[in-house]
Amino acid sequence: MLEGIHSDARLTSWLVQGRALFLFLHVLGVACFAYIVSRRLVPLIRAERDPRFDRPLARLGKVFKFWLGQWKHPRYKTAGTVHILIFAGFILLAMRAFTVLIVGVSPNFVTPGLSGEAGHLYEVATDYAATVVFLCMVFAIVRRAVFKPARYEVPAKFGKAHKADAIFLLSLIAILMVADSLFEAARAAAQAQPGHVAFAAALSLPWLLKVSLVSLPLPTLGALCFAGYLVHEIAFYFLLCYRPFGIQFHVETSLFNVYFSKLERGKLKPVKWGVSDDHLDRVKSFGVKTFEDFTWKHMLDFYSCADCGRCSDNCPANAVGRPLSPRFISIKARDYAFQHYPMFGRSKNGTPLIGSIYSDDEIWSCTTCGACEEECPLLVEYIDKIVDLRRGLVDEGLVPQSLQKPLKALNSRGNPYGKMEKKKADWTNAKDFQQICPVKTLDKKNGADTLYFVDSITSFDDRMQSIGRATATILDHVGENFGILGTVEKDSGHDVRRFGEETLFMALRDHNTDVIKASGVTRIVTADPHAYNALKHDYKDVPPVEHISQVIAREVKSGKIEFRPVEDGTAVYTYHDPCYLGRHNQVYDDPRDVLDAIPGLKRVEMTRSRDRSFCCGGGGLMLFYEPKEEQRIGVKRVQMAAEAGANVIVTACPFCMVNIEDAIKVAGFEGKITAIDLTELVDQQIARESTVVTKEAAEIPQESVAGR
Amino acid sequence: MARIFAFIAHKGGAPDDTAAELIAAAKKIDAAASPTAIVLGWGAELDAVCATLRASYTEVWKIAHETFAYPNAELIRKALVKVLPAGAIVLVPHEHFGIDLAPGLSIKLNAAFVSDVVAIEGVEGSDLKVVRQEFGGQVSAHVRCDLSSGAVVTIRPGAFKPLESAAVNGNVVDKSAEIGVLAAGRRYLETVIAEAGDVDITKFNVLVSIGRGIQEKDNVAIAQELADALGAAVSCSRPVVDAKWLEKSRQVGSSGKTVKPKVYLACGISGSFQHLAGIKGSPFLIAINKNAKAPIFQVADVGIVDDILEFLPELTNKVRELRRVA
Amino acid sequence: MEILVCARRVPDTSENEIELNSAGNDIERDELVYSINEPDNYAVEEALQITAKVGGQVTVVTVGGEDDEEILRREMAMGANQGVLISDDAFQGSDGKGIATILKAFVQKGKYDLILTGVQADDGGAQVGGMLAAMLDYPFAALVNSIEVLDGKKLKVGREIAGGNREMNEIDLPCVLSIQTGINEPRYVGMRGIRAVASVPIPTHGASDLGVDPGAVGKAAARVKRVDYFVPALGKGAEMLRGSREENVDKVLELVAAKGGLK
Repeated sequence: MLEGIHSDARLTSWLVQGRALFLFLHVLGVACFAYIVSRRLVPLIRAERDPRFDRPLARLGKVFKFWLGQWKHPRYKTAGTVHILIFAGFILLAMRAFTVLIVGVSPNFVTPGLSGEAGHLYEVATDYAATVVFLCMVFAIVRRAVFKPARYEVPAKFGKAHKADAIFLLSLIAILMVADSLFEAARAAAQAQPGHVAFAAALSLPWLLKVSLVSLPLPTLGALCFAGYLVHEIAFYFLLCYRPFGIQFHVETSLFNVYFSKLERGKLKPVKWGVSDDHLDRVKSFGVKTFEDFTWKHMLDFYSCADCGRCSDNCPANAVGRPLSPRFISIKARDYAFQHYPMFGRSKNGTPLIGSIYSDDEIWSCTTCGACEEECPLLVEYIDKIVDLRRGLVDEGLVPQSLQKPLKALNSRGNPYGKMEKKKADWTNAKDFQQICPVKTLDKKNGADTLYFVDSITSFDDRMQSIGRATATILDHVGENFGILGTVEKDSGHDVRRFGEETLFMALRDHNTDVIKASGVTRIVTADPHAYNALKHDYKDVPPVEHISQVIAREVKSGKIEFRPVEDGTAVYTYHDPCYLGRHNQVYDDPRDVLDAIPGLKRVEMTRSRDRSFCCGGGGLMLFYEPKEEQRIGVKRVQMAAEAGANVIVTACPFCMVNIEDAIKVAGFEGKITAIDLTELVDQQIARESTVVTKEAAEIPQESVAGR
Repeated sequence: MARIFAFIAHKGGAPDDTAAELIAAAKKIDAAASPTAIVLGWGAELDAVCATLRASYTEVWKIAHETFAYPNAELIRKALVKVLPAGAIVLVPHEHFGIDLAPGLSIKLNAAFVSDVVAIEGVEGSDLKVVRQEFGGQVSAHVRCDLSSGAVVTIRPGAFKPLESAAVNGNVVDKSAEIGVLAAGRRYLETVIAEAGDVDITKFNVLVSIGRGIQEKDNVAIAQELADALGAAVSCSRPVVDAKWLEKSRQVGSSGKTVKPKVYLACGISGSFQHLAGIKGSPFLIAINKNAKAPIFQVADVGIVDDILEFLPELTNKVRELRRVA
Repeated sequence: MEILVCARRVPDTSENEIELNSAGNDIERDELVYSINEPDNYAVEEALQITAKVGGQVTVVTVGGEDDEEILRREMAMGANQGVLISDDAFQGSDGKGIATILKAFVQKGKYDLILTGVQADDGGAQVGGMLAAMLDYPFAALVNSIEVLDGKKLKVGREIAGGNREMNEIDLPCVLSIQTGINEPRYVGMRGIRAVASVPIPTHGASDLGVDPGAVGKAAARVKRVDYFVPALGKGAEMLRGSREENVDKVLELVAAKGGLK
């Protein structure tokens, strides 16, 4: 089609009268767009620094996978498919739109590389693309206007809905497709007259229009062609300039947002990029208190959020009615930016965010499970922002009383319970346990290759101590030369950091790093995924760390661990992926392999599993926070297990255990569902030569529910 | 031996229970002593109080003044300083009024001051030997107080059991004229009554009372279930209210409600004096606490060392079973 | 408004296990962790909230030694403008009246509109505030759980009384108030804030600086002395049920029924 234009004197004559107008619109459109984008960039230029310019090849790889490849979209089948079609359509139509625009001013223009057969194929593709995009627009509009999926709804507490805006934009894109098709169809219809064969891909929108127009007189067709062209150009530039005012800005920003997205999972943003820990005392203010405290990439995230709601849909806090909905963290900040950095006039900056667009409960409600980041097709980052906002709250002293107590205890006693340090290793002194499996404390006289990092809850909580004993028993069974740090071990500080108390975290981290190094161990094992994540990502210069499930899986494969068959025929097991083992560190298979190696163990999978696992409710300091919620997060998870047909929930995290056992009681499943830790189950099922079995093993699973 | 005075707290024309307890405390200081009651108030109510006191106190000093219609510790202190003789020993109940009055009173009388006494061992030389508690009752301390220039001693309500003794026919001495003109830098405005909650715990015969040991708000339901099964109400100690797990109207204690049930289940309550001060009438007190050393076991009738989060649901089940069969 | 808060460093009850030492005459102090007396912290928070509204400065003072400086620093990290340590060998062993005497001398060296203390410390007698007020002849109110500034000369304060009720009073400035916990929600003091004030100088005053007669304070002048700590012989106490949980439950049920608890 495009190559035919310049040979069609009639088309040229139809358009030439509008040439000046078209040129004017080009200049106006591009100038407006440039101005608008420059205004949108203003806050980013003033924002905090964020080094995202390294490793260009890795970043391009992400662009390829997540942007071009739309990798995350199929997670929502319907919306995902529609979006992929729209996206593919846009990519294909981009070149056509570009050419069409130029043709109005320079009729002899041919897109380089698209002459001849390639041009013809391109024409076919774009005819269908325009049709598909048009149909997708209709579908999307109908979906929003008629079917109204719950995920798109905006509860009043989160602000206003942008539904009208969305439908308006979708309609504009539809109009764009129609205008383009009309332009093409009118020309083709004209060519289809006296003897010419004019092409339009069969059954495409242009084809349909051509067929209906073909009998019209030439001057009418000329007018329609002109009209189509003009509407197309106006719609194109209108959309171009309107997109930066709403979620459609993601059309432009998505490429950059994906390119600049985080390369290393699990690493938290430091307080200030470029400021090392020793120099942090020079920093006047910690954390994000005003909009300008965000980094430019965070601001780009706000611009790029498409308000699709997938994050909030998967957020456990949102699911139980807590004030947090991740999607609105982005949209509210974006609206704030639009309002405070207007197109004309001065920017108004420096308003505290908490108390204006965010509430402090909203920010404390987050369990940092990462489900939001896992879902987002645009790779918007949330956890760093929540942690930064919390740092700001901590800096201002605005910490809820319920959290102040454990933080104070962490400061004075190195654990959130306020228990005395000298009792840290008391869990090893349990009567029968000590004789079967003495656990050595590492010191100058006693060394080992492996450190078992126990962390606070397993050391002090009556119920969780059994996880400690089971883990030690397993390590002993496989012949691991290991020890514990004992009374010198302080809390890993994992959640201290994620709740914004960076200074206290650094004190705990530095202390633990010193004692770990002094112990001379070459590797670390832990049964606590929070400790695991901290030692892996938050700590520097410590030996490599593994979670006990990885050790067990390896030893099952090597044959050092063999299992007795399960005795209870009615037990149906399901594995709950802890967030900090599964989603954040992608250890999904090892625990499952272990369970599947137990003869006779019936295992079912919950609908939300692996990277879609539903958080138990949060661990560490989250156990102390008193959220405003309609229901406990753990209760929802236990209900999911019941729906999957399971009556035993296996987990691999002491915090998950706390929440799930609590939820079993609260939800009325006591006696019907039990919970057991992976280490306890393994300890119970290990085939041993002697008949001596640890007290833990003999009394599980009955005791896993009682005794706390 | 210095003269012993007992400050009488009263309400609605009747003396508080502490009036009798102070006599017992005075006897511990000096078995031969006959303490003088000193009571300030106004009008018919004050007269009624004095009439009642005559039966247990041999001498009652009555000080009437319009401003004493509502007890203002600042004014009362000034009045007392005018009438009390030098070197006197003044016993005051250790509660919200006594805490306000007594320390300043000791300074103005130039007397020694010792507060919240739970036991009196007697006088040795010029020292009064008493017992106090510290750290929430976890430890006790022997304390000596020099009586040479008198003392103001606040007595823990309920620590001294009233003595059984024959009624006396005391006389009332009107000291109102001696106080002269009173002015103070503090003026009473009004009393704001605590919001009536949904449940009036003072009306129940059985109370399931919870303390910090309930651990979190959602566990309150465990106590509620037991209360429902027993036809009882859930009450609590102060930390539960501070944590906002229950409303203030449920608090039993010196700054909460005073209750007189038949049976009191103290679940996860350590047994601080402030809480126990709200329990009157010697109910049958059953204490369940994880900590074998909790002070509550000193005052309970029956004690169980166990985790309330485990114990209570089982008790609830047994009660329900019993009701089904009965 | 110039506000002075009198604070104390005490063993933290929630993070310690208070036990007798082996000699049986004192509590085991080896592994105690200390912090500011909780009601005193509420008092400082209240002072900060008042000055935020009406302007002024908050000074926190403590009588003790070098170890006690840490609570002054913490309160300065919280926002108090100044911390002052009053320290002198002559002050050791003072009883409540001795402490009040020392504080009175300090107060008279400055000009404070409002003096706050915490209502009581775990090992204290709920006395210093009331004594100080009487020595200064300032009006006093104990167990204060609400403060409203009426003007530069008066406050409206609420006192906690029985039944959860609140007694409202008008009180003239300058005055002394003893503050009850729960009056507000104290702000958090992070480790960073404490580090930031780690080297702020804290003025120390001794007996001669304040003009305190050493004979009036200290151990010798104390009229009330703690002789020892002990754990009383359990005496009657409760009848402890020692059966299994099931047995205990049955027994409790039996007792409740017997005492008229089951209708």
